[in-house]
Amino acid sequence: MSVVLVGVDGSDPSRRAMLFACERAQQLGFELLVVHVIHWSPYSFNTPAENERRHSQKQLEIKAAQEQVVDPAIALVDEAGVPVEGLVRHGHPVDVILDLARERDAEYIVVGRTGDSRMRQAVFGSTPGHLVQLAPVPVTVVP
Amino acid sequence: MSAGAPVTPLAVDDRISDLVTPLSDFVVSIVFYSVPVFGTELPLIVAWLVCAAVFFTGYLGFQNIRGFKHALDLVRGRYSDPDDHGEVSHFQALATAVSGTVGLGNIAGVAVAISLGGPGATFWMIAAGFLGMSTKMAECTLGVKYRHEHADGTVSGGPMYYLRDGIARLGRPRLGKFLAAFFAVCCIGGAIGAGNMFQSNQATAQIINVTGGEDSPVGDLRFVIGLLFAIAVGLVIIGGIKSIAKVTEKIVPFMAVLYVTACLIVIFGNAGAVPTAFGEIVSGAFSPDGIAGGFVGVLIVGFQRAAFSNEAGIGSASIAHSAVRTKEPATEGFVALLEPFIDTIVICTMTALTIVITGAWNDPDAGDLDGVNLTSRAFESVLPWFPNVLAIAVVLFAFSTMISWSYYGMKATGYLFGDNATAELAFKFVFCTFTVIGAAMSLDPVIGFSDSMLFAMSIANLIGLYLLARVLKAEVVGYLGRVRTGEFARVK
Repeated sequence: MSVVLVGVDGSDPSRRAMLFACERAQQLGFELLVVHVIHWSPYSFNTPAENERRHSQKQLEIKAAQEQVVDPAIALVDEAGVPVEGLVRHGHPVDVILDLARERDAEYIVVGRTGDSRMRQAVFGSTPGHLVQLAPVPVTVVP
Repeated sequence: MSAGAPVTPLAVDDRISDLVTPLSDFVVSIVFYSVPVFGTELPLIVAWLVCAAVFFTGYLGFQNIRGFKHALDLVRGRYSDPDDHGEVSHFQALATAVSGTVGLGNIAGVAVAISLGGPGATFWMIAAGFLGMSTKMAECTLGVKYRHEHADGTVSGGPMYYLRDGIARLGRPRLGKFLAAFFAVCCIGGAIGAGNMFQSNQATAQIINVTGGEDSPVGDLRFVIGLLFAIAVGLVIIGGIKSIAKVTEKIVPFMAVLYVTACLIVIFGNAGAVPTAFGEIVSGAFSPDGIAGGFVGVLIVGFQRAAFSNEAGIGSASIAHSAVRTKEPATEGFVALLEPFIDTIVICTMTALTIVITGAWNDPDAGDLDGVNLTSRAFESVLPWFPNVLAIAVVLFAFSTMISWSYYGMKATGYLFGDNATAELAFKFVFCTFTVIGAAMSLDPVIGFSDSMLFAMSIANLIGLYLLARVLKAEVVGYLGRVRTGEFARVK
């Protein structure tokens, strides 16, 4: 079954993205892959005590993200009868979403607009902006 | 303190020195037991470290050269399984270990080496750094191999565990337990000495130096500066104020880059003097003028300061490296060999070139300047404002080293007392007390005590490495085989 990948972060635009994707998936008979990416870089600087607890911390982060972001997003489309799979990953949001889209052969990607300030976007760019530029499949950005 | 007899702060400093100096001298006389060689004294402990470094360099087949590129690939994440995202990466484990070792050893230690052994000491420091890469690889591979994962997902690793469990598997459990306990006791001493007193002592010296030297308004208040350090360290390690540690961890890499850049400015500013400086370093290494014991004397000074700076063979970094998430213990060994490279071959050489090029070590009063002050003088001659920045860098390096070492000491305490929280807390209070004592004392007894405890760690650690050498080699050879066959393959 073809897959629509939805990136969620618990924000209002991301809720709307979820509903939008669900509607399309329902019409086209697609499956939803709901992903939340916890921002993580392998190049940060930590204290030894942080490193010692990192593994258990990762599990806690995944559990919290699953309960607070992914599960509510899936609950939104519960009644639509669309097959849904939820995932929590660590990494850079853009890289993880692109890798998953390739890995799962996604038909398209849906994300909410992040609503960062212009200054922030000018300096760092935004996740949807980067996805639009780099994704191998069409990307829909929901306001 | 009685109310009738007011005690001046200076007297407090002197009293602390008087009290601790005899103890320090006693420990030094044991650990640095020396034998006369070619007219100079060779501390056996230095020979012990050099022999191990030479042995493991040969035994592991010169991985410090052959494995260098592979080590860089591992740090760049080219072999990292995407499932391990969110865990401690090779880079993070290396960065944490490096921030524990890069510090005053690189700034003050090099100055001490050059003032004692002339420019030639630099040559032997670099040589020691190069050989030390192999020892570091050995101890970090074993650290990951025998680490303990607790039920709550936290990990404890380091020499205590490979000494106890690794040697037990060779059928010598009592020997293993003894060595592990010996290591842990010395590690607590090393944490308090080198990882704490030496750091607060030199950071205090630098603060006094930039605020006016002998006329400094805080010159007589060393213990007050020490108290402030102790409070800052206490807030992090006892109070759990993570934000202070976080800020330090962010600023320290920046300071390291700033420090190296400043060295490069001095070096390029005097580019014409670089060949002469290298000439002095090489000729001074083999035929020094006026150094007791000639070339052996310089070699000893160089190796001793390098070992103090990069801690190869001491076993401390193995505790930090053990936190990495990997199925292949040897990967962390390869990554760890970069540590002495960064610490000694790159940063110490920079400091040494700066001191030699500016001729600061040759000033008539250079002998009166201790540690950091000599490095500071070298920078001042080219960048007059730099001593202030150096003081900030020194304070931050010292602080991050203290945080790292308090952790090593705490793990050693935890090992000895079965992860007893009260014992660990008691250690933290003792640690902070010695932060104050270290700041109040003069350099000589501090450096003597620091070196002794640090080097004593290597006695148990290296016996363990020799005993486990075959296990280590099997691990490394097996791993290299899996890399060759593609079983352990690059992911990008």
